[in-house]
Amino acid sequence: MMQSAFLIATLVAAIRAGTPLLYATVGEIFTERAGILNLGVEGMMLMGAVSAFIAGYHTHSLTIAVLVAMLVGGTMGLLHAFVSVTLRGDQVVSGLALTIFGSGLSAFLGKPYIGQKGIRFIATPIPLLSKIPWLGPIFFQHDVLVYGSFLLIPVAWYWISRTRPGLHLRSVGENPATADVMGIHVAGLRYLYTFIGGALAGLGGATISLAYTPGWIEGMTAGRGWIAVGLVIFAFWDPWKAALGAYLFGGVNSLQFGLQTKGITIPIYFLQMTPYILTIFVLLFASGSRIRRHLGAPAALGTPYVRGERGA
Amino acid sequence: MSTLSELPRRGWTLRVERRLTRPRWVQVAVPIFSIILALLAGALIIAFNHVSPWAAYKAMYEGAFGNGYGIAGTFVKMIPLLLAGLGVSIAFRMKLWNIGAEGQLYFGAFLSGGLALFLPNWLPGWPPWLLISIIVAGGMVGGAFWGIIPGFLKAKLEVNEIITTLMMNYIAIYWMDYVVTILWRDPHSLGFPLTPQFERSLWLPRTPGLFFLPANHRVHIGLLFGLVAMVLIWVIMRYSKWGYEIKVIGENSRAAKYAGMNIARNVVLVMALSGALAGLAGVSEILGIIHRLQHQISPGYGYTAIIIAWLAKLNPIAIVLVSFLFGGLLVAGDQIQITMHMPGAISSILQGLILFFVLGGEILSEYKVRFVRREEER
Repeated sequence: MMQSAFLIATLVAAIRAGTPLLYATVGEIFTERAGILNLGVEGMMLMGAVSAFIAGYHTHSLTIAVLVAMLVGGTMGLLHAFVSVTLRGDQVVSGLALTIFGSGLSAFLGKPYIGQKGIRFIATPIPLLSKIPWLGPIFFQHDVLVYGSFLLIPVAWYWISRTRPGLHLRSVGENPATADVMGIHVAGLRYLYTFIGGALAGLGGATISLAYTPGWIEGMTAGRGWIAVGLVIFAFWDPWKAALGAYLFGGVNSLQFGLQTKGITIPIYFLQMTPYILTIFVLLFASGSRIRRHLGAPAALGTPYVRGERGA
Repeated sequence: MSTLSELPRRGWTLRVERRLTRPRWVQVAVPIFSIILALLAGALIIAFNHVSPWAAYKAMYEGAFGNGYGIAGTFVKMIPLLLAGLGVSIAFRMKLWNIGAEGQLYFGAFLSGGLALFLPNWLPGWPPWLLISIIVAGGMVGGAFWGIIPGFLKAKLEVNEIITTLMMNYIAIYWMDYVVTILWRDPHSLGFPLTPQFERSLWLPRTPGLFFLPANHRVHIGLLFGLVAMVLIWVIMRYSKWGYEIKVIGENSRAAKYAGMNIARNVVLVMALSGALAGLAGVSEILGIIHRLQHQISPGYGYTAIIIAWLAKLNPIAIVLVSFLFGGLLVAGDQIQITMHMPGAISSILQGLILFFVLGGEILSEYKVRFVRREEER
């Protein structure tokens, strides 16, 4: 009985901790599927987290807070799209700039709000479903943001792999020249999906500051944006595997606290290291350009498209 | 010549054309103009915080460059930035995105910090200069080790170095936390996560008091390490076969491969050198300024170094200049935190903005952007 309670608690915590990662990872999957590499996820998440907190603090509306976070994240995505699509700048440098800028600006804007009590999402158990033994407490006693992420996984998967717009999205990331010839607006779609990626990263940030650890602390995403970038590779650009990866990371994260309460004393620093070590191990198994091609890396990832010029 | 239409718009459209030649004035004017624009954008953010941007910028300038204390502080911050900036620049030359200078700095600090704590007991009576040399070398080995791991993974298994170097930053920082709270904590630190202070003889000597520096300045000979490293890298890149290989691999790895260059070996070597320089930044920071190990060794020097290297276009001499300016920016950020009660984060906002605007401006100077009528297209 004790064992199963511990297991359920760990799984619940894994989902809670994995949700911000999941949003950001699925967002980056959309962006990368369109052929744009956005390393600014960490910055967009931080800005999402701080703007959600501030908006919620002043408007007392969770809906507005979430929308603001998505809009802020999306706008930052557009900035990256402008540099990498229109100006054809280096996507690595632009993404880094976005992260540095985002962490600076969020710290700046959030300074007066450190330690303030804002609004937060509370768990809303789903009637009937939440009563199912095992599954109920694990999946159906969360807050709305977690349910939203449950919905996002199949929707994103269906959109990318089963719909016509999804086909266009993939073609832009795989072979923009052909997509262009077929009359698909390459630049427009790249803007759109970079925006969507940013909006979802912003939502991931909002999940942290409104639900996971409500409140605002400088740098509170603690590298989750970077983990999300790694998870995209781990997930082979597929939303289902992204969910698996995100919850795995969430589980490791929450196990830290679980083990401590059980009196197992590993210095906390080693537990804190594990997600980062795990990311490296994951990449070990997901790397190699031939394997990656085979597993679904968009062929035109990170390369600007110029009509009439041969791609690299 | 190529054209491209962007932003679906009726009537007018934005058209980007590659310039065939880049006039000299464009090369000079664009970066300056970009930085001015970045400062203007920063001014908007400051004004949003109900502070006069003019007053804030004035306070920042005076804090960093206005007097001897400011300039000394700027030099102090410049040392780790210069070393780490040179480190990442050599990796960037090969298009190796080493984002891990921060972790390499921390791991270098860890290894050299251990040596500084224990060497005086192990080798009693050895002259301090020799001990310092060993400690400094240890710091470089630590940084190099932290750089070789992702370099090896990249070379052998094609693991994306951006993610691995970055993840290793977090690992190194948590490792340092473990070291200062448990492994080597000072039993007399009253619970603070600190190691004991290093012996005074092991502290890096101060630079001679230049005319503009106050008598009690903290500028140490780490500055000299930085300048030597600058010359070394300049020579390597300009005159050595190795530097030539690095450049060729960076420009066109396929051509390099056909020319018989060993790319994998160079990836590991360059990551080792890159990490060693970041590790040197770490050891000069702890021997020169902090004099012990603690939770925070660097407020993000390793990340700022990336911006510096990039803004300097990887040119070692320009890196010296840019790291001086960015050292000033960090001092300025601290200053307005004290004098104007503004968040010090303004300096990282400005860093990000400058990077963005220069990146944008860079491309604008390579391309012409024109608004043209839709009909003109094609």
